Amino acid sequence: MDVVNLDAANYKDLLKRYIDTRDEQSLYGAEQISKSFIKNNVPPEEIVNLHIQALAELYPNLSEKTGHSMNFLLETMISYGMAHQEYQTLREKQLELKTEISVAAGMQETLLATTKPKIEGLDIGVVSVPAHQMNGDYHHFIKGRDGSLGVAIADVVGKGVPAALCMSMIKYSMDSFPEESMSPKAILENLNRVVERNVDPSMFITMFYAQYMPSEHKLRYSSAGHEPGFYYHKKEDAFKEIEANGLVLGVSSESNYERYERYVEKGDMVILLTDGVTECRDGDRFIESEEVLEVIKSYAHLPVQKIVDHVYKHFERLQNFQLRDDFTLIILRREV
Amino acid sequence: MGLQSCININKEWDIVGARQMGRDIAKKIGFGTVDQARIATAISELARNIYLYAETGQICFEVIDTINQKGISMIAVDSGPGIRDISQVMEDGYSTSGGLGAGLPGVKRLMDEFDIKSEEGKGTEVRSIKYVR
Ligand SMILES: Nc1ncnc2c1ncn2[C@@H]1O[C@H](COP(=O)(O)OP(=O)(O)O)[C@@H](O)[C@H]1O
Ligand SMILES: [Mg+2]
Repeated sequence: MDVVNLDAANYKDLLKRYIDTRDEQSLYGAEQISKSFIKNNVPPEEIVNLHIQALAELYPNLSEKTGHSMNFLLETMISYGMAHQEYQTLREKQLELKTEISVAAGMQETLLATTKPKIEGLDIGVVSVPAHQMNGDYHHFIKGRDGSLGVAIADVVGKGVPAALCMSMIKYSMDSFPEESMSPKAILENLNRVVERNVDPSMFITMFYAQYMPSEHKLRYSSAGHEPGFYYHKKEDAFKEIEANGLVLGVSSESNYERYERYVEKGDMVILLTDGVTECRDGDRFIESEEVLEVIKSYAHLPVQKIVDHVYKHFERLQNFQLRDDFTLIILRREV
Repeated sequence: MGLQSCININKEWDIVGARQMGRDIAKKIGFGTVDQARIATAISELARNIYLYAETGQICFEVIDTINQKGISMIAVDSGPGIRDISQVMEDGYSTSGGLGAGLPGVKRLMDEFDIKSEEGKGTEVRSIKYVR
């Protein structure tokens, strides 16, 4: 006997027992059977039919009207049965999609992988966590032959698969630039043309590009509409927003990016982030950037990788461990 | 193959007539209550499509009675506007009026065999069969 027939026999016995005693145990049995029905994809009309047959066998003298009413009930269940079947198919499809996306996410991770380079006299910390499977934030480190460090941090407006595809394109365009000879301004201008030509107008990308020269302790940077970062002045123990003007990538093929430069003193920090950090939410309230800075300050005595890890943990908890947006935070600190 | 019985679909009321005819035939062939209800639902979907999209058409039933198999075959034909992209229509969730599970993909699930031919501007023909288990 297969499971369904076994359930059918069971159903009849339980029904009889319930009608005779009305005990809770039979109802618990009904719950178990119902779960088995669902597991075996038994549609609701079959269950009603099972009920009709059980009734007829148990009580052959039931009124004709009861029989008719049960048939009426059976008819109303047909469409539910169809809906249930489609739901099953959709569930299978959804599982398939989920698997595909996790494979894609793995590929993205390999494609966009970047390692923190070692730069004499500079401590580097980075944390980048996607809100969903695929990351729409992007960051990249490049160590130039002259010992300089290039840091790109970018955010695609939009999430998920499209954003991730877009990021792969950005990464490969950047790889094709003769990086060492290029200033942040030139890099953004080149990327802007690539994005303008290749990406759907509804998609925007913001990027901040910084170059640190350890020999001169100089930071050069340009921004394409990216969330402003912060500069921590050790001597004054104060944060200041890094102001930089520039249009978002891909809006106009003519965009020009301003070049900025500053001297980095010993102990100073450069904080780069995406809006997933500054737009963290505590319940319904958006946090203020000051809160991010306060957390950074409270861990300022630690190595910078520890600082960024602590900041991430802090806001992850604040948001009940459910990120709403991709979260990327990079800190550079001059050590000597 | 047995005798063919046909019913014209011109007005909404004819959907009920088609269901009745199909159910009577199904009962005579020996289908159980559940399958009768499923066949009636499939007829509804096909007849309503004729009524809604082609305005007029016909549904014909045939009794299948061979040594190996008993069943009902039904053919819905119209000379309406036809369906341009059948693959799209056969995708789950495309149906506009019936909600989850309804429409032509629903008919396909309710029946054992299903085939659809359609040409834009010429019309549509849906053939389907259900066998007695
Ligand atoms: N007989 C027909 N003639 C022309 N178009 C049809 C016919 N049957 C179905 N269609 C088209 O296919 C679509 C899907 O049909 P169906 O799966 O029954 O779902 P629904 O009727 O709920 O939209 C309809 O919206 C209609 O455009
Ligand atoms: Mg329809």
